[in-house]
Order: sequence, then structure tokens, then C-alpha cells
Amino acid sequence: MLNRPNLLKLLSAVIVFGSWEIAGRVPVSYSFPTFVDSMQALAVLAWEGTLFTAYVETLKPLAVGVGISTVLGISLGLWIGLSKFFDWLVSPIFVVMQAAPLAALIPLLVMAYGIGLTSKVFVVCIMAMPVIVLNTAGAVRHTPESMKEMCNSFLGTRLDMLIKIIIPAASPLIFSGLRLGVSAGFIGAILSELKITPTGVGDIITYSRSIADYPSMYAAIFSIILLAVLFLNLLERTEKTLFKGNDLGYVSD
Amino acid sequence: MTVYGYRLPGFSSLILWGLLWEVIGQLDVTFFVPPLSEVIRTLFSIIGTPAFTKALAETGYAFSISVAIAIGLGIPIGILMGRSRLLDELLLPWVNMFLSAPLTALVPVLMVLFGFGMKSIIITTTLFAIWIIILNSRAGVRQINRSLVEMAQSYGASPFDAFFKIYFWAALPEILGGVRIGIIRAVKGVIIGQLLISIVGFGALFELYSSNFLMAHFWAILIVLFTLAFTISEFLAYLERKVAYYAAKR
Amino acid sequence: MSQTNPPPVATEEAPSDIAVSVRNVSKNYGDVEALKDLTLDFPRGELTSLLGPSGCGKTTLLKIIAGLLKPTSGEVEISGKPITGPGPDRAFVFQDFALLPWATVLRNVAFGLELRGVAKSEREAIAEKYINNVGLSGFEHSYPHELSGGMRQRVGLARALSVDADVLLMDEPFSAVDEQTRRKFQEDLLTLVHEENKTFIFVTHSIEEAVYVSDQIAILLPRPSRVLEVIRPSGFRNKSADSIRRDPEYLDIVDNIWASLRSYVE
Repeated sequence: MLNRPNLLKLLSAVIVFGSWEIAGRVPVSYSFPTFVDSMQALAVLAWEGTLFTAYVETLKPLAVGVGISTVLGISLGLWIGLSKFFDWLVSPIFVVMQAAPLAALIPLLVMAYGIGLTSKVFVVCIMAMPVIVLNTAGAVRHTPESMKEMCNSFLGTRLDMLIKIIIPAASPLIFSGLRLGVSAGFIGAILSELKITPTGVGDIITYSRSIADYPSMYAAIFSIILLAVLFLNLLERTEKTLFKGNDLGYVSD
Repeated sequence: MTVYGYRLPGFSSLILWGLLWEVIGQLDVTFFVPPLSEVIRTLFSIIGTPAFTKALAETGYAFSISVAIAIGLGIPIGILMGRSRLLDELLLPWVNMFLSAPLTALVPVLMVLFGFGMKSIIITTTLFAIWIIILNSRAGVRQINRSLVEMAQSYGASPFDAFFKIYFWAALPEILGGVRIGIIRAVKGVIIGQLLISIVGFGALFELYSSNFLMAHFWAILIVLFTLAFTISEFLAYLERKVAYYAAKR
Repeated sequence: MSQTNPPPVATEEAPSDIAVSVRNVSKNYGDVEALKDLTLDFPRGELTSLLGPSGCGKTTLLKIIAGLLKPTSGEVEISGKPITGPGPDRAFVFQDFALLPWATVLRNVAFGLELRGVAKSEREAIAEKYINNVGLSGFEHSYPHELSGGMRQRVGLARALSVDADVLLMDEPFSAVDEQTRRKFQEDLLTLVHEENKTFIFVTHSIEEAVYVSDQIAILLPRPSRVLEVIRPSGFRNKSADSIRRDPEYLDIVDNIWASLRSYVE
């Protein structure tokens, strides 16, 4: 396990967390706690159970939003990939959504749907859907011609073509689109926490900040980032094992 | 797609959607959606106003500085990572992590450390943009055709020549791709920054209009922002296509 | 006709002026022995082919001679002097052309000279001459992606010729073009070798090609790489390009080589 790449990863972690600790001791700013202090606060939060109840709250809109985006997004993506008319009609919307700063819509959603779960789910959806839809559509459109011709030459039906050729061939890209969607969904979930109403983890962050309990604030933020990164890495690893032999390149929009 | 033999241009369906918007607005289906025509009229009326120009200037300022930093730091770091295995192994896990991490979570930290002003927004935006620029620059350098490298060696090129005459250009299409995505992320970052840190630029305008229920105004500046983001992105995509053949394999 | 380890016995006396001399060269990649204790001479002014099935290390050997790879042990001498890396006495022609996609034909051909610091007007004049020599006049301001595969390789060849190196190293230069272009190239290569006073080292896996163009053929075997034998076709070297392929000696040599190599094909 202690081969060169892992050793270097460990080394870089030590360097980063070490610098955090040193910066906290200097201190760089009165509101910059040391690494050790923050980890202590994290342990306390976890031990008291506050952290876990908070996460349940925060992850609710994320789970619901991602669930809806997945089902809706993949269906739309498939439809767009398969129908030229639907592609012409609907793609531009998603392309614009992809490039645009959708976060600007949050105040509008709050006005329309209030500050409850609904608007938070909406935020997660608008952040996650475009990339899922566009990735799925792209994957379907780029099904290798020769595979489709092969299906035809062996007299496959259109249903065969869809289920046995197009969807399996598109799966790697669809999955990677899902991964990106989840990543965007996380941003949406946190944005809604910080901007709409703080519940869950957002609450810990804003509350600790207001009482100047910086170690707890940093601890909460550290935990979200850690969670998001771990979860996305897990997805990526699943992707790699499920779709061995498909090179997907980098995590990117 | 074609209709009766006429080929319809790519984004023409937006015209249809625009018409739909107008109809929904005119029918007064919901307070939140005024007719498109009213939005456009409001758009033209606010464009010249001092409030708008101030917002544009502030946002533009933050955006430009952030992008400049992200490019100025990101491209060299990415290139160095692509060429040095040690540096790559040390830094890549962090770059990948920050790329997928919800950077929004860092904004409270930045606010606490750097205050509620321009500095925090600039740092936020830079952080949003830089990681993909680093990754793509690294990818661009790594995908350089091995033969070009050997060709440079066999004709005795100095490291300086090799980099500026060959490697940089061969990596350019990929680097431009990274910059394009980075800029899109920077637009998102600057808006998120302004929404959370507030007080300046378009964030302030959004707050103002929404709290006063000036829907047409709200949609107007939303359209301005969307259009700006989109135009920049398309322009960069155009440049990218122009130099795509620089990375040709043979 | 088989002999295994050194010294390889040529079927006819080789000339005594040796341009490139490879002595006991070995190259290991970890546990893999790409080349093992290889010794070979390349006479000046002639074209020697390195022929063999995949994995026999012929491209590795070529790159070691070019100075692009360092041997694990052994030496390479050019005109009696050992080499330490790439040098102006050798020029390389790449299998996938290795042209700069963003540069015109003129700049590409002049590129070797550009890297040596030759002044622009001078190097462009030299480049134009060689562009003409390889039959690409009129295409000076075209870009590689506007040219066919055969034309691109001629640009690569012109670039290698314009630096006026003594030794020209060619790594399967015709394998990436279509068959008809390839035949034309082989004929042109004969003329080129005849006109230029350079030493050519030519890697190929095509038996016909090797026998057609070479003054000397070194047949290499894989795992570990070694020289099976060195053949010097004699009789038909002075015939016209068209009649070589029907010459009995040509056909005999091709058949014999195939018979030797057949068992080594996977």
C-alpha cells in the first residue's frame, strides 16, 4: 500500500493540513482556527449527534432533487438523442442552462415557492438536470454507426436497437453525466442552505459563525466537502468498475 | 433538422420559446412571468442607467481579475503538472478534489476571512474557474503526439524552443477548451459570490428587484447575464474550433 | 541459410567504409530484453534495411542510433566516434510524419534548420529547393491537414534532407500511406539513394520493400532481438525500377527470407 503514489498523496495531505495548523497558530486571522481545533470541533459535533441530524436535513433536498433529475433528465436525454425534432426543440434550452449562472434564479424560486423543501428541491434540480440531459443526449447521438448497422443487418427491431445497443453503448457517458449532476446538485443543496433558509448543516455553519465559534464552522464546512468528495469518488470508482474498458477522461462540465 | 426541405438553424427553437413566453405573459398566467415584450422594453430602458452600468462595472471588474488570475496561474501549473511526474502526483488529488467539491461551501470561510467585499468575490470566482483550467492544460500537454517530442529532440531543439515552438501550440486546443469551461464556471462563481456575499454588482440588483417585486426588471437583467455568459462561451468555442487542428495526431 | 549469434556472415563482401557501427548494444525495459548484444555495421552511402516481424526491436535499434534512446549497454559509433545523443549528423523520418499541424509546408521543411538557428531567408531557400526535389512545388504555403498522407510524408522527408545530415534514419516511412503511393515512394527512394551521398538506415516489416530498395538487408529476430543474417542483393541493383520486381534473384531472395521468418510469426 505504501507505494510511491500513495506515499506522495500522504505527503501532500501532511503538507496541506500542516500548513493549515501553522496558519491557525500564527494566527493568519482571528477567525482562522487551527487544523487540530477544527478536527476537535468536528469530533464533538459527530459525537453529540448534531452532525448526523443536520446531514439528514441537508441531504433531503439533495436526494429528492437528484432522484427527480436522474429520472427526468435521462428520459429527456434519451428522447432528445433519438428524435431530431425534439432535439431541435429542446436542446437549446439546456445548452443555455448549461452555460448560464443558474444560481441567479434562486431568489425567483424563493419568491415563487417560499423557503421550504420545494424551492430547495427545485434549486438542486435546475443545477443538476442540464448536464444529465446533455450528456445522455450526446451519448445516444454518438452511438457507433457500425453497431447500429450490425443490429439492422441481423434484423433487430427498433426496441432491440434501443435496449440492446443504444442504451448499453451510452451507459458510460450517462453515468458520468449523473456523477456531474450529483456534483452540481451538491452545490445547489448548499446554496439553498446558505441562501434560502439554513437548516441542517447550513444551520451549523451560520449559527457557529454568528457566535464566533469558528472551529465548529470550519468543521462543518470540512465535513461537507469531505462527504461530497468521498461520495463522488465512490461514484467514479463504481463507474470505472462497471464500465471497464471505456475511457472517460476527466471530471469536467 | 429540416422542414419541407429547408434546413432550420440550430437555435431557432428559441424563437418558438420566446413566442410561448410572450403568450404566457400576455395571458397573465402568473405574476412571476411578465410578457417577453415587456421584459425586453425594460431591458432597453435599464441598460443605460447608472445603476446598471455600476453593476456591470463591478461584476465585470471582479470577473476579469478572477479570470486573469485563474488563467495566469492555472495554465502554468497545469503545464508543469503535465510535464513533471512528481508535481503531478503531489497536486493531482487536490486538483481533482477541488474540481468536484461544492466550492460554495467555502464561501462562508472566505467571507469570514476576507470580509464582505470585492476581495471575497474575486477569490470565490478564481477558485471556481482555476481547477478545470489546470486539468485541461495538464491534459493538453500530456496528449502531445509522442512523435513531435521525438522530432524536436532529433533536430536538436533547445528546451525553450521545444516549448514555445511546439509543445505550447500542440496543447493549445485543449487549453482553450479548459479556459472556456473555466470562464463559464467563473460566471457562475461571480454570481454565486454576489448572491451570498451580496452588496455589489448584479447580486445587489437581483436583491433590489426581487424585494420590490419588479419582475420585468428581474428577468431583464437575468437575460443580460445569460446572454453575456453565452456569448463569451460561444466565442471561445469558435476559437477552439479554429485551432483544433493544432492537436492533429498525424 | 540461418545463423544465430554474431558474427553475422554476409552473403557478399561488404565495403570497408562503415558510416554507422553498432557494437554489442543491449536495451532492457525492466525485465524485458528488447535488444540483446546486437552488433551490426552500416556501410557508407548505402541503404541498409532492418527487417523483421513485430517485436524484433528494429525501431528500438533505430531510435538508439538516432540518439533518442540510450542503450543499456554497448556503443554506437558514427564515422568512428561514439554518440551521446541526437546530433546534426543524423536525421530522422517518422512513421506518422511528426509535422507541425499549425505550420505551412515551407516552415515545416525548414524547421530542422530553424531549430539550428539558421537565418530565415537562408533556410527558406534551402527548404524550397528540397520541396522541389520531393515533388511538392506549389504547396509551400499549404498546411499539413490540406495534404494527403503521401504528400505529408514527403514533407517529412524534405525536412530530413534539408539539414544535410550524413545518415538518414527512416522508421517505416511508407507504412502510413496507401499501396500505390507506397510503390511510387519505393521507386523514388532508389533514385534518392543513388543521387544523394548519404547513408540510409530503413526500418520496415515488408520483405518485398526491403529487398526492393536495399543494398544490404539485416534480418532481425524477436525475443531476444538478434541479427539472423545480413543479405547483400547484388545482381539487380542496377536494373530499372520496373524490372527489379520480376528479377529472378529478387524473387528468390524474397522467398528465402519468408521461409526463414515464417516460423517466427505469431
